Amino acid sequence: MSTKNLTENGLELNERPDNSFSRRKFLGVVGAGSAALATASVLAACGKNNNSSNSGVNLGSGDVGILNYAYALEQLEAAFYTKVIMSLYSGITPAEQALLTDIRDHEVAHRNFFKAAISAAGATPLQDLQVDFSTVDFGSRTSVLATAKAFEDLGVTAYNGAGKLITNPAYLVIAGKIVSVEARHAALIADLISNGTFANTTDANGLDMARTPAEVLAIADTYVVTKLNASNLPTS
Amino acid sequence: MNLQNILSEIEQKDPEVFDRLSDRRKVMKNFTSFAGKVALASIPFAFGSMFKKAYGQTPADIVGVLNFALTLEYLESEFYKLGVAAPGLIPAGTPAVAALTKIRDDENKHVAFLRTAITASGGTPVSFTAANFDFTGGNGSQTGPFAGVFTNYDLFLAVAQTFEDTGVRAYKGQAGNLMSNNDVLTAALNIHSVEGRHAAHIRYMRKARQTANPGNALYVGNIKPWITLNNSNIGSAAVQASYNGEELTMQAGVNILTVGGQTFSAETASESFDEPLTKAEVLAIVDPFII
Repeated sequence: MSTKNLTENGLELNERPDNSFSRRKFLGVVGAGSAALATASVLAACGKNNNSSNSGVNLGSGDVGILNYAYALEQLEAAFYTKVIMSLYSGITPAEQALLTDIRDHEVAHRNFFKAAISAAGATPLQDLQVDFSTVDFGSRTSVLATAKAFEDLGVTAYNGAGKLITNPAYLVIAGKIVSVEARHAALIADLISNGTFANTTDANGLDMARTPAEVLAIADTYVVTKLNASNLPTS
Repeated sequence: MNLQNILSEIEQKDPEVFDRLSDRRKVMKNFTSFAGKVALASIPFAFGSMFKKAYGQTPADIVGVLNFALTLEYLESEFYKLGVAAPGLIPAGTPAVAALTKIRDDENKHVAFLRTAITASGGTPVSFTAANFDFTGGNGSQTGPFAGVFTNYDLFLAVAQTFEDTGVRAYKGQAGNLMSNNDVLTAALNIHSVEGRHAAHIRYMRKARQTANPGNALYVGNIKPWITLNNSNIGSAAVQASYNGEELTMQAGVNILTVGGQTFSAETASESFDEPLTKAEVLAIVDPFII
């Protein structure tokens, strides 16, 4: 894949101009980066709740709604890694760059796939999301990898939680095909942060977590400017 | 143990489930006695599966799938137990000790969890011990293609990678058979992603070993945490069946090579999606390891 294509495509996802001073200040106090998930939870608890309101971009209902939900998450991941590769953190090794480039390519392929699959299903894909990575220091290995870990672990729990909401077996298989790749990413990123932490997410039964769309979107909200409405998604 | 025996053993567990659960009051009684014995976290799962049974949904396939998964988890669990306990196998004082112990512990927990889940669903879990397995892949001869697996660390990692990648594909292939029970499906997905994490780490370990031992023929090509094309990256034809079919570049009728007006290599397209294996394919793969 050419870098040019990716660059162009990365720009498709417009970042919000850097005008969110008060929010960034708040994040600075809370301590962003190394505790990205916790921070996101705090923010979600503090403020807006996109998912129960009837405003915002509606993800839709049924299987298409779940595909749009996955498409939103893949847009977020693709945009993040596109930026990671465009502005490599200082001290990155050739091996790390190769692995992160692979992950970028996988996420861009996932994103493009969902857009095509939703269209193929006769539905309208979600619009291009506006993302906000102002809490990420792309020059810092620590910040980039902590954010990557948060995204990958979130993605795993999102797909794990979405499986039961899907009615078409073909889509369930697709979700399964993608989630194990996300799990591979998550393990690698965790190992890059601290070797051996590839599966520290497991519970007492040795299982990963599952999250509902509402839980996932509340966490992702920190990085997504576009207001998403998940109120029509299936819940069981 | 041959393929037919495995299949029939698993399927023999199912018919009695109908009888046992035909009476709704009995289901609730079973649940009550069961609830006292299991970890708190498992109760919603157990209740969910019984609730559906009480309303007449078919649990037979689900118990069959869970026993299939349990068979694979026993294979992995016993493999890592022996590996971690084998003197001199895992280089002492390296992070490999903690990593393989963690994976062993996860697989042990999966065995315990699936046994609980099967019992809660009114089924009878299959049981295996180390004596039921031949980890050389020799079907009991102990002289299979992986002879020396517990003395040759690089061979051990090769078999570990194959088991983990196969496990990921096996769970994926069964998801569609669990759609009638949300709790079981979610639990299976929550195990599936852990197997993916294990696979990624074993591959990461193998990459490091390859770098340190460039002449070792067990290490082939560019070993990544994800699967490229149908490459095993293992210098043994005996593992190839675990990777066949991973080279797909079409997904749900969409050509990933050109999706979204961008160009992706076949390597990228194949890495981006893991592929399922059928139960029959998986049983054929593990058959040489089960006596």
